[in-house]
Amino acid sequence: MKIVKPSAILLACLLGAGMSAAQAQEKVLRIAMTAGDIPRTSGQPDQGYEGNRFTGIPMYDGLTQWDLSSASKASVVIPDLALSWSVNDADKTKWIFKLRPGVKFHDGSPFNADAVVWNVNKVLDKEAPQFDPAQIGVTASRMPTLRSARKIDDLTVELTTSEPDSFLPINLTNLFMASPTQWAKKLAAVPASVADKAERSKQAWAAFAADASGTGPFKQAKFVPRERLEMVKNPEYWDARRRPKIDRVVLLPLPEASARTAALMSGQVDWIEAPAPDSLDAIKGRGFKLYSNLQPHLWPWQFSLLPDSPFKDKKVRQAANLCLNRTAMKELLGGLMVEATGIAEPGDPWRGNPTFQIKYDLPAAQKLMQEAGYSAAKPVHVKVQTSASGSGQMQPLPMNEFIQQSLKDCYFDVQFDVVEWNTLFSSWRLGAKDPAAHGAHATNVSAATMDPFFAMVRFVSTKAQPPVSNNWGYYSNAETDAIIEKARTTFDDKQRDALLAQLQARIIDEAPFLFVAHDVGPRAMTAKVKGVVQPKSWFIDIATMSLD
Amino acid sequence: MIAYLLRRAGYALPIMLGVSFLCFMLVHIAPGDPLVAILPADASTELQQQMMKLYGFDRSLPEQFFHWLWRALHGDLGTSIATSRPVTGEVFKAVGNTFMLAMMATLIGFFFGCLFGFVAGYFRHSWADRVASFISVIGVSVPHYWLGMVMVIVFSAKLQWLPATGAGPGGSGEWTWDYEHLQYMLLPAITMSFIPMGIVARTVRALVAEILSQEFVVGLRARGLGEYGVFKHVVKNCAPTALAVMGLQLGYLLGGSILIETVFAWPGTGFLLNQAIFQRDLPLLQGTILVLALFFVALNLIVDVLQTVFDPRIERS
Repeated sequence: MKIVKPSAILLACLLGAGMSAAQAQEKVLRIAMTAGDIPRTSGQPDQGYEGNRFTGIPMYDGLTQWDLSSASKASVVIPDLALSWSVNDADKTKWIFKLRPGVKFHDGSPFNADAVVWNVNKVLDKEAPQFDPAQIGVTASRMPTLRSARKIDDLTVELTTSEPDSFLPINLTNLFMASPTQWAKKLAAVPASVADKAERSKQAWAAFAADASGTGPFKQAKFVPRERLEMVKNPEYWDARRRPKIDRVVLLPLPEASARTAALMSGQVDWIEAPAPDSLDAIKGRGFKLYSNLQPHLWPWQFSLLPDSPFKDKKVRQAANLCLNRTAMKELLGGLMVEATGIAEPGDPWRGNPTFQIKYDLPAAQKLMQEAGYSAAKPVHVKVQTSASGSGQMQPLPMNEFIQQSLKDCYFDVQFDVVEWNTLFSSWRLGAKDPAAHGAHATNVSAATMDPFFAMVRFVSTKAQPPVSNNWGYYSNAETDAIIEKARTTFDDKQRDALLAQLQARIIDEAPFLFVAHDVGPRAMTAKVKGVVQPKSWFIDIATMSLD
Repeated sequence: MIAYLLRRAGYALPIMLGVSFLCFMLVHIAPGDPLVAILPADASTELQQQMMKLYGFDRSLPEQFFHWLWRALHGDLGTSIATSRPVTGEVFKAVGNTFMLAMMATLIGFFFGCLFGFVAGYFRHSWADRVASFISVIGVSVPHYWLGMVMVIVFSAKLQWLPATGAGPGGSGEWTWDYEHLQYMLLPAITMSFIPMGIVARTVRALVAEILSQEFVVGLRARGLGEYGVFKHVVKNCAPTALAVMGLQLGYLLGGSILIETVFAWPGTGFLLNQAIFQRDLPLLQGTILVLALFFVALNLIVDVLQTVFDPRIERS
């Protein structure tokens, strides 16, 4: 029998103890996302804003970013990789961005004006070697007027838009800066036998996604498609206030709500997005913390204003808004909604002073309906297109059935046309006139309302009528268009916000929507996650959190 | 036998072609926009057209079909719209995961199905028959996603014995046959095994009852053959049908586990199909359906051949 020396045993014990101590010391945060796959890691994430939340913001920076440091104030745009920006007074389509010096990508290469030009070209310049069609879908429409970028000097870059557009700095929060050097390395590694330029670029981007490099507070460490993404902290992150305290973040795609809840309960993960609503009491009862806050999100009915639609009459639109008991609906959802009284709620710089107040006022609603020519004996028949599920759709069927019952008191006879989520989404683009709308008088598609274009312009601008954008109901009003035009071409932030507030007040007065609810982005975590600030945003900053 | 095999394989070819055509058409005639997953809500018409062209959706359907089939025959199922990864790699990795899970579920289901079936068949109308039949009826009737959730609530959330989701402690993405990985498979496999268990149990019970009532069994006993010897004859007579049923069940399990894989976040074909449907990722959806359908056809072929091996009368008929 071979005798093991005591010193060897001691050494093994020490090594083992050392290793387990090191493992125990590593602070690992495991997050279960609602996405079915890891959002793209190549710089322009997919999977909606959950992609920006989990692979965009932690691994990358943009020229501008959302301030995610407060749970009580509205989230606003602040400098990120750009220190400052200004529009050219003589030509309002030209912007100068001054870049932050000393920033490095995770691969050690410098961030500079060349990198900005390269990143703009990756989604806009079809001739650029790094052009990636897979990334333009989630980028081009989020900055629809951006046309090109030009280097002035190492730390100055000029961006050009197709028309004067003061929304550009807000849109740029969606353009994440990937490392050109890392991509060039991946391109060089593509076998020479692949001759086609587009195919080489595609393969280089696939390799980049597996070994991404940005400038963000976390670096990509391990990527298993559809299973997990691991990120480790970037101790050299340029912003000392956001230098991570958590060593490793593990992202797991778990699209099924009950599976996420079970994973939290069984200790498999520390944080779940959108827990199953009927498990909230159990989650809280087990000592987990539940976070939620108003999100820039609207769950509405968007009315058709076509000649055959009863909602063409403003009185009917306003009556519907006064007839809905949102407080009771909130109770139905276990408190996980904010009652919508517009697109932007009081306290938001875009709120404004509407003359029409959205609230539950049954007598006023009935009066308006009677003025419009309807009564219990002569109800108005309306059809609403909706889906049984979908991204951001909250609980569409119970919510719609609740509205159906509520509106009955105001002589509405509501019928639903329930279609599959992607079908509804396609139909939303095509507009109320299209056969895909099945003759509906309203559509129920929830929407992100983070920037002025997404929040308001696309719904009410005449220029945004289908097939251009999401003015599904063909709302058109010269005064509204004039405010939009003025807001777009006003480059002073405060003046622009004042105009947007004017626009929002007008939208509430005109009521092209049934304003129903805002989502609150519920997420549950173990109590050991500290420093959690859930801002009034779709996003959340993991970099400032810690683990016990 | 070889002629039979060739003839049987020959029958499978037009079926596979038909299946390819159907799975291509089914996802195309479904309403909705295939680029919804990657285009934002306000995507301009120009951008939509550009992307349609890029992914080849601007071509006529026959053109798209033959192009797709030609590439599929060369092992290229296209690129996923949502992830830009090759569909072939995505599908085969998922097939591997589902295959492991389905095999485990099949083994459990076949073992307990046969056990309950034989017990019920041998001891008809006894309490053992009633218990075994009750379990088999439950196995067939209970909604399996519900059963999965109950398993998770009991064994993961409450007792914390087994992990609730995933296919392993993870990081590598590779499966290893050790307990650490196996415990991730247990809950979904047991849940899944209820389906074949119920069906096999019912089939075997009926077969055993029928065989035991046949004259040759009486003859065997009359010739003094012991119960063990009789049992072997019963097993041999049951085997072709039980195998056929099990083969079909394996086929169903490979393709029909969307709900169970979703509940347990098991990265197999069901989970992949779920994602492809929700993201309306047409190339991924088509590729996954095609591979699953071909598996099903191939399994049928294998089962037919095995049946013939066990019972040569089938070939003659």
